[in-house]
Amino acid sequence: MTDPAIEALQATVRRAAATRASLRIVGGGTKEFYGASLSGETLDVRAVTGVVDYDPTELVITARAGTPLDAIEATMRAAGQMLGFEPPRFGAGGTLGGAIASGLSGPRRPYAGAARDFVLGVGVVDGTGRALSFGGRVMKNVAGFDVARLMTGAMGTLGVITEVSLKCLPRPHAEATRLFELSADESIARVNEWGGQPLPLSATCFHQGLLAVRLSGAPSAVASARAKLGGSELEGADALWSSVRDHRHAFFASAASAAAPLWRLSVASTAPYTDLGGEQLIEWGGALRWLAAGARTDAAKVRTWAQAQGGHATLFRAAAKPVEVFHPLPSTLAALHKRLKATFDPHGILNPGRLSAAF
Amino acid sequence: MLDSYVQAELAALLPPSALLTAPEDTRPYECDGLTLFRERPAAVALPETEAQVAGILRVCHAARVPVVARGAGTSLSGGALPDRNGLVLSMAKFRRILAIDALARTAVVQPGVRNLAISEAAAAHGLYYAPDPSSQIACSIGGNVAENAGGVHCLKYGLTVHNVRRVRALLVNGDAVEFGGASLDSAGYDLLALVNGSEGLLAVITEITVKLLPKPQHAQVALAAFDDVEKAGAAVGAIIGAGIIPAGLEMMDQPATRAVEEFVHAGYPLDAAAVLLVESDGTIEEVGDEMAEIRRLLTESGATSIRVSRDERERLLLWSGRKAAFPAVGRISPDYYCIDGTIPRKALPLVLRRTAEWSKEFGLACANVFHAGDGNLHPLILFDANREGEIERTIAFGDRILGLCIEVGGTVTGEHGVGVEKLSAMCAQFAPDELERFHGVKAAFDPSGLLNPGKAVPTLARCAEFGRMHVHHGELRHPDLPRF
Repeated sequence: MTDPAIEALQATVRRAAATRASLRIVGGGTKEFYGASLSGETLDVRAVTGVVDYDPTELVITARAGTPLDAIEATMRAAGQMLGFEPPRFGAGGTLGGAIASGLSGPRRPYAGAARDFVLGVGVVDGTGRALSFGGRVMKNVAGFDVARLMTGAMGTLGVITEVSLKCLPRPHAEATRLFELSADESIARVNEWGGQPLPLSATCFHQGLLAVRLSGAPSAVASARAKLGGSELEGADALWSSVRDHRHAFFASAASAAAPLWRLSVASTAPYTDLGGEQLIEWGGALRWLAAGARTDAAKVRTWAQAQGGHATLFRAAAKPVEVFHPLPSTLAALHKRLKATFDPHGILNPGRLSAAF
Repeated sequence: MLDSYVQAELAALLPPSALLTAPEDTRPYECDGLTLFRERPAAVALPETEAQVAGILRVCHAARVPVVARGAGTSLSGGALPDRNGLVLSMAKFRRILAIDALARTAVVQPGVRNLAISEAAAAHGLYYAPDPSSQIACSIGGNVAENAGGVHCLKYGLTVHNVRRVRALLVNGDAVEFGGASLDSAGYDLLALVNGSEGLLAVITEITVKLLPKPQHAQVALAAFDDVEKAGAAVGAIIGAGIIPAGLEMMDQPATRAVEEFVHAGYPLDAAAVLLVESDGTIEEVGDEMAEIRRLLTESGATSIRVSRDERERLLLWSGRKAAFPAVGRISPDYYCIDGTIPRKALPLVLRRTAEWSKEFGLACANVFHAGDGNLHPLILFDANREGEIERTIAFGDRILGLCIEVGGTVTGEHGVGVEKLSAMCAQFAPDELERFHGVKAAFDPSGLLNPGKAVPTLARCAEFGRMHVHHGELRHPDLPRF
């Protein structure tokens, strides 16, 4: 079962490998702002498209990487299902392959899992043009190293993703969003306390003194949690959550301007609120802090703080990128990265520099 | 035998009782839970500090001595089978729970801590560690990470890889490295995912941070009987199709049901062709609603009887049969061999039908237990190792079932790992290019190939020798060959 679109892609990669020419892998092009440098000949994956297999009662969907996310989500919605990691879209036309290659997850992540948690298998074309398949289309599979999850979030530097199999989740039967007026510290404490209780939490967002908490699940569970948590009801909450997910929220609009680079700080959920010289929006039960940098923001201090809080800092969106986009790795880890890169892309032609200046 | 200078260097790192070399001392380490394969190691080390582990690795690395890390030794795939020229590195003394952070819902533990001990320690905070492999009273968390262990609740709560935040490990040269962190993701490649399920080939784990979950307020289980296996399979599809992810969803066929009923007397229906156990957990209201819906769907799917637990005692009683399936089968047969394939659930009737045919052909009885929600099938082949030729017939029967799992789009191991047991089956599931990449991953971490050598990934030479019909991704590689 060969796909001419994948064969064409293999031929391009083989040609590039022969001449050591860099390739820049592109789907919908909605995340070009993300990551370090973009260079090389464009390798468009959008011709590799279509849902390959979807049986809702198996809870698994398999689709080609160039399939638009919108199409996948519409197909799943019709069957009462969804992608549990709530992938963000930063523009129209984003593809499944881009969602998995970037590995980014939306508001539901701390409660349902990240993109990598839902990936069951991938098809890839490696840096020598070979079509390979890792993982599978079943829920439980420990045959071989977990290369499918390794490819998730690798920004295309280990292989061109051509096909993805994902675990699906049923759409919740009920949802509600509660609002609370709290300080940042109170908000962080509260969401962590709630996280330790059997409550159907599915998202949190704190911004400018207001904490929004989304509940998802069986109608009875949502109703009892609502009574237990208190707060006031936010009507039409879907608009809030999709704007936070897709960075259309007012906070991100200001951050996208050239003057204010946007930092993504992934830290321990209990990390205390710390003034880093800009405005913050806090998601993921405290574990994700977006920082719209201000004049006082110091990149080195941001990185030191995130690392001290058990995490890392990414220069997510910025007009100029004077520092490495992704948090620098300790030398032992960096050496492992280089050797893995050499295993899957020996000529270093796939998205060079996008994840690290070192490769 | 270790070279005397290696032994002397190791002896200098450890107290005398922590380095075993006499045959009577190393014999207990000659196999793990898969007793079909045995090998005596040259020595066994039982360090208790990370510095000692690093020292041992440096000595072995310099002397090119293979190292097989071992937890509780409960692997069912021979993952901890010793190398006869190598060292078994027992992590049994790393049994401390270092910290529980109730607010952040994490526990920092040493690799030798038993799986169940984590939940017991977290219980005071209303929290627990979700993955629950059936060996959870004995198996250690380090081994769980190495094998990416599952359990009966993983459809809803995930495998080990979904419940581990951070792994601290030593590379083959003794260098310390950390994968993951206190955050929900980390910079660079997802090496945390890669180390889960890596079967001790990449690094030696010395510390783990696991995620803890709030204990569900309430749980109930339904036991449903069916006069036909296909109807039971369809009921599973109906429940999932209705948007329910049960906390547990298990199936047993008649031979398995009869074996466990004789053993635990839980009141399982003996005349049923298949029984399903469906568990719902959550708030009291949620469980009430969900169980009513499950009962309706089971009835519609043709269940001949349904029993829902009325209290915790009854819930545990109904589960006791499923949890005792392996020992129960062990009572009715001198030996049994547990297979571990995963299939798309829709292929279940075909797989069970073929298995029953082959059972007759090989003259070996087979009982089936099935993690029905996630498609993970455990046929238990009953045999007597003392009877001439039965071991060989058992292995041939098992290989055939695994071949069928691949053919229907599944995998040769859902949760037990490849170890030494499924090396040949791996040749059938993966193409040479893919196996070569696995060897590349191994070499990226362990260029000298000293950590658990010969496990998990077959050599290309072995696969060529194996030369079996190659079914790959549901396609026949050699369609001209005769098929079984």
